Amino acid sequence: MAAPKLEVEGLQKRFGGLPAVKNVSFSIRAGEILGLIGPNGSGKSTVMKSILGVERPDAGSVRVDSREVAGLPPHRIARLGVGMVFQHSRPLYRQTVLENILLGLLPDRLMDVLPTAATDARARAIAERVGLTGVLSRRPATLPFADLRRIEIAKAIARDPQVVLIDEPFAGLTARETASFARLIAEMRADGRAVLIVDHNVKSISALVDRIYAMHVGEKIAEGTVDEVMANPTVRKVYLGGALETAARPEASFGDVQTPFLEIENLNVVYGKAQALENVSLHVHQGEFVAVVGLNGAGKTTLFNAVSGLVPYTGDVRRQGRTLSGRTAATIAREGIVQSPEGRELFGAMTVSENLDMGGHRLTDDARAERREWLFDLFPVLKERQSQTAATLSGGEQQMLTIARALMMKPDLLILDEPTLGLAPVIMEQISKALARLRQKTEMTVLLGEQNVTFALPHADRVYVLEHGRIAWEGDPSRFATEAGARYL
Amino acid sequence: MVRRALLSPPVLISLVVLLVASVLPLYVSGYVLGLLTIAYYFGVFSMAWDLLFGFANEVNFGPSFLIGLGAYTAGILDNLYQPPIALSVAAGVAASMIGGLVLGLPALRVRGPYFGLTTLVAVLMLQNFVVVAAGLTGGEIGLTIPDVISINDKVNYWIALGFMGLSGAILYGLSRSPVGLILEASGQDPVQAGALGFNVTKHKLAAFLVSAFFSGLAGALMAFYLGAASVGTFIDVTVGVQVIIGAVIGGRRTILGAVLGAVFLVALGESLRPLGDLATFIVSAVALLVVLFFPAGLLGMVKGVREAT
Repeated sequence: MAAPKLEVEGLQKRFGGLPAVKNVSFSIRAGEILGLIGPNGSGKSTVMKSILGVERPDAGSVRVDSREVAGLPPHRIARLGVGMVFQHSRPLYRQTVLENILLGLLPDRLMDVLPTAATDARARAIAERVGLTGVLSRRPATLPFADLRRIEIAKAIARDPQVVLIDEPFAGLTARETASFARLIAEMRADGRAVLIVDHNVKSISALVDRIYAMHVGEKIAEGTVDEVMANPTVRKVYLGGALETAARPEASFGDVQTPFLEIENLNVVYGKAQALENVSLHVHQGEFVAVVGLNGAGKTTLFNAVSGLVPYTGDVRRQGRTLSGRTAATIAREGIVQSPEGRELFGAMTVSENLDMGGHRLTDDARAERREWLFDLFPVLKERQSQTAATLSGGEQQMLTIARALMMKPDLLILDEPTLGLAPVIMEQISKALARLRQKTEMTVLLGEQNVTFALPHADRVYVLEHGRIAWEGDPSRFATEAGARYL
Repeated sequence: MVRRALLSPPVLISLVVLLVASVLPLYVSGYVLGLLTIAYYFGVFSMAWDLLFGFANEVNFGPSFLIGLGAYTAGILDNLYQPPIALSVAAGVAASMIGGLVLGLPALRVRGPYFGLTTLVAVLMLQNFVVVAAGLTGGEIGLTIPDVISINDKVNYWIALGFMGLSGAILYGLSRSPVGLILEASGQDPVQAGALGFNVTKHKLAAFLVSAFFSGLAGALMAFYLGAASVGTFIDVTVGVQVIIGAVIGGRRTILGAVLGAVFLVALGESLRPLGDLATFIVSAVALLVVLFFPAGLLGMVKGVREAT
């Protein structure tokens, strides 16, 4: 049997001492599609970047056609036969589609000032293959989202790469477009290329891939056929959580059944050409803990940003029956809907105390001091670190500070966006305990966005599953694994 | 693609404008010709700058570093030894390109705003050097350049116009060529350009050298036109600012728009001269308004209307 086209062996990568990828090994033969899956922070993107040369691996080997490429700059690796289909299309907007494809065919020389007829013909042939012939002389800005992705595919296969990396091939595509993209990827396999698809879960790519390599916190957790990986107990545990203890309170037990504290009705958000949220409706009662679970890109952050007044939307968001549309983000936050953002957005050069004071700047001095003591009790590590600048904190400490800063504003509704992103399990547990205390000791209303189900479910009174911008399931956390689990794998 | 580019509206319009400009000396005064001559050199400065800003996506705050190196090297050589003017000019270009290489190599390794800061510091260093080494450079008083290319206003005007036309043709052609495409891709998304097999640093450095070539050449020619060089005309940060504003007003990523912007700035400054210091203020205010409300610039607005239809 011929040697694999792509071999990754013992790959390791650390960022600032934290391991992002620990000992990953796999290989892909010509005409084979491997799906590399893992939740956010699993290290799959780092693996992809290491193959591409954007990140330099700390240890291990990456071989293309038996040639070692680890540590080479991206353009050298590309010329040795690795092509990449990026998730976010960024074509040259002032050039035509044809010129965008031509770009992928140009040699890396400084003296090529005149285009040749041969490259032009080849660009047209590639365009025909990916279905862009009709729009060759249009500019990308006038094209639908799916065509922009086609341009990316055209550029990636222009140099006839032996190995093709594809990042989330179907994100933002409709069902019909997804089918036509799957055909394009299957054609790459038929051409004898080795294809690596990187995605969050098995489900979206199961029909296409020959094998799956599943990762979690930098390591392999399973490898095999789609069915084998989906049946794998570790995979099920990572994606669905183990036997969960839930402590849900029945919806009828809340005092505002008629007019819930927060009501979202038929919310739609469109980014350029991609529909980020489609007819999303949900509600949160006063004092309730509601979790919105969904994979990366499902629309959680967009949903929260719409509630916070940070993105334009259609539909209605009501607080205690009054609409929030037309209010500025600052007003919404001042009136008590406070977000602890996914990106943390701390003031890096300020100390822990100063960051907290920024959150509590509207309180009186006494109230602020009292609130700070209460938060130090909730997150004792912040007390130890109070005179340290935020930028020097660990990821987990930064996350605690982000939550604490939001709590300084004495919110009526606290929105927590992905608080566990990229955190070690032990840190997650600390944050989980703090949330449990918040829930028991205060009347706080919480809207939590998570892709980590294990983290989210034990706290939640009710759960919504967000999938491709739509609510796909809604219900009691105890029913989640049986009813919504399969969607989530 | 080549034929289409040669017959495209911007090229045709530019040719007509050049033609009209070339017969101007028959109709306008020597004073206006003198202003336009300077404006054309500034047009080249701005075009060379737009190659970096518009295509390589690098903000070079020190265009006057490259310009000053060209002007002063040529001027000092002429002042000391009076070699043939062409030789002095060639030396000026060489100095500018070496300066560009020395500045560009380490500068392109630092990311984002630091590149701009590095270029700004280079200007200040050159300015201080000129002041300190007064024996060689004439210091704050300025450098006398004994030779001039011509004493005839019209000849000087035509030289500047021809030089600008040629520079514009080369820079515009470069920006529309395959290497221009690669440069634009490298500027817009270096990761993706790398993944397509392009050595991003190489292309950006080449753009830096091309920019240095035209800046240095224009600087040296302008020095020989003026017969003098001073910090205030070639190196000072305000000179760089004028070059930058000219390019931005004219329209980013258009190359040719830069000429429009440079001429516009000189014309506006001149027609407001009776207002004294207020003129500078008004020019700055207009520039600010354009940057704030029409970031695509004069030519960008025209193109925007056309592309939208």
